Amino acid sequence: MASQSNKGSPFKTHLFVFLLPAVLIYSAFMIVPLIDTLRLSFYSIETDGTASFTGWSNYVTIFTDERWSADFVNALKNNFLFFLIHMLVQNPIGIFLAALLSLPRLKLKNTYRTLIFMPTMLSVVIIGFIWQLILSPIWGVGDTLVGFIGISDGLPPLLGEESTTLLTLSLISVWQFVGIPMMLIYAALLNVPDDLVDAAIVDGANQWTAFWRIKLPLILPTVAMVSVLTFVANFNAFDLIYAVKGALAGPNFSSDIMGTLFYRTFFGFQLQPGNPSMGATVASLMFLVILCGVMIYLYAIQRRLRRYQL
Amino acid sequence: MINRKLILCSGAAAVALAIAGLSPVASAQAEELVIESWRNDDIDIWNKQIIPAFNKSHPDVQVRFAPTPPADYNASLNAKLAAGTAGDLITCRPFDVSLDLYNQGHLTKIDAIEGMENFSDVAKSAWQTDDGSTTFCLPMASVIHGFMYNKEAFKELGLEIPKTIPEFMKVLAAIKDEGSYAPMSMGTADQWEAATMGFQNVGPNFWNGEEGRKALIAGEEKLTDAQYIKVFEHLAEWGPYLGKGYKAQSYPDSQNLFSLGRAAIYPAGSWDIATFNSQADFEFGAFPPPVPEGQSTCYISDHTDIGLGINAASKNVKAAETFVSWMTTAEAGELMSNALPGFFALSNHKINLTDPVAKEFVGWRDTCESTIRNSYQILSRGTPSLENDLWNVSVGVINGTMTATEAAEKAQAGLSSWYKPQQ
Repeated sequence: MASQSNKGSPFKTHLFVFLLPAVLIYSAFMIVPLIDTLRLSFYSIETDGTASFTGWSNYVTIFTDERWSADFVNALKNNFLFFLIHMLVQNPIGIFLAALLSLPRLKLKNTYRTLIFMPTMLSVVIIGFIWQLILSPIWGVGDTLVGFIGISDGLPPLLGEESTTLLTLSLISVWQFVGIPMMLIYAALLNVPDDLVDAAIVDGANQWTAFWRIKLPLILPTVAMVSVLTFVANFNAFDLIYAVKGALAGPNFSSDIMGTLFYRTFFGFQLQPGNPSMGATVASLMFLVILCGVMIYLYAIQRRLRRYQL
Repeated sequence: MINRKLILCSGAAAVALAIAGLSPVASAQAEELVIESWRNDDIDIWNKQIIPAFNKSHPDVQVRFAPTPPADYNASLNAKLAAGTAGDLITCRPFDVSLDLYNQGHLTKIDAIEGMENFSDVAKSAWQTDDGSTTFCLPMASVIHGFMYNKEAFKELGLEIPKTIPEFMKVLAAIKDEGSYAPMSMGTADQWEAATMGFQNVGPNFWNGEEGRKALIAGEEKLTDAQYIKVFEHLAEWGPYLGKGYKAQSYPDSQNLFSLGRAAIYPAGSWDIATFNSQADFEFGAFPPPVPEGQSTCYISDHTDIGLGINAASKNVKAAETFVSWMTTAEAGELMSNALPGFFALSNHKINLTDPVAKEFVGWRDTCESTIRNSYQILSRGTPSLENDLWNVSVGVINGTMTATEAAEKAQAGLSSWYKPQQ
């Protein structure tokens, strides 16, 4: 009403109306559960089902109890490794593939793009199943393949050894999701004006130097965004590990990440009953880790990125 | 117009039929028993064999088997019980899940029902209060652990069934030396195989079955005692005899390796019989877990898996009790055990089985002492649950990443962290 009587005011009622559905849905399904999870982490649930407020005691248990802290630190460490492998393998490969795709004289561009993006669209259960079969030392095709390059004892049980399980699972995840950084960076590369590259080539640069000196600096903001997306996705990861190794994330918890630790704690496993309040504590800590990571990105990296007007 | 009339007529007829179809059910509801179950695989067996057999002697009671998919069962049953819409008879999961239902008042006491005296204490232990004074579900079926073997492979290699552990290890070594079969088909990738088919299969011979299981619950024995360390030491010896890449071998892989004839021995649960009957084209047999050298008594894991209880809110408690009482008879036991080879009736009746391998399994009840998995009663209530810890450490010793002592210490530390009698 006020906006109608006073035309000079920037207050616009219709903005609220348009925002309302999204705000309502987002609040009901994201904000409220998040706050309720944080609240639940300060409670303890007794065997008869009643919840009582216990303050920080769940957090104290996670950090001081020998078994809880060992599990938590192990999951956190594994999760950082999982993220590191994605950063070191998935994103560089994504940039590389995007750079190849944006080469002017490449044939069958769309075919490659579709093929590389395909695994991203498959269900994780299928991905887990296919890779378990490929890598199976019993029936897997991997066994025959390594025979061709002269490894005669066949494939070691990559998904069964403590030393290799997490690495293998990370690489499977990289294989699945490499299409996403590729697509985002490819889109950014398409925005780089051809005349900049043409000018560089006329000045004597080849495609290689043109990429490093012209294109890469221009797409760095996208690379940074891809990195933060990777961070969030990796610290929320759960499905692949659960599909391949189950909730105990074996052997000996060597592939346990925050997501599987949370699942085991919250829902219980086999004969172990679930513990909702402790699970909420783990979930809150996951949220905190992700929040810190994103804050570091926002303050330390994003503000320093230089953007160019193209 | 004519068309429209026809449609109207047929529509009315359909409604009339539907009402006619519904009404007998509605009127019969007073004496109809509904069975809640997660065994949706068994619906044909119930509808075509068990219920008709019951109706032969009790034609006045209608029984309807209404299963829910296994993964949804506990949650949907809880919701139905809370809403008062659950069936009259409840298929019971073993131990704490059903104990909780009883404690919440959803299940009735059934000790007084005629026929309950046909069940041993071990059979009833899965559905009793912790002190053993009240039983709330009828023990319906158990699964037995042991080893299955490829009879043709054994004949080809001239091997005898091993009775003691040293003999067992010799047989494994002989199969490995000959080289055409993997000695034993088991993997450690899924973890539960190592604990269930390994630890709980061979273990009772070391801890003297029920005696050891009860002593553990009472806190008189510890998992770090010599007998438990010996189980882990024995499991550690299995590693070299499992097939190539066993660390990444899953449960279906293990079943396939055996049913394709690529492995000679398979540490089994009796429920595997049905799978191998349909998949293996060679003759297979079974032998009980071998005993340590010089031990005369043998112990088997005869694990209680399925029970049947009465919904306390049922309007047909009398009829439900009649059904439960009939389920205790030899006739019902025989029907169940033959229809589902590998799931054995738990009553003390002499039961005639037709499946040869199932017969071998159940025959051990006469020669060996029965017990159940030691981690199932009480000891897996806390965090960490003993069951989960046993999965982890059994895999550890078989993979060779943990010594027997480390495994025992880890499991004991987990248990004593929350279980008072072990502190």
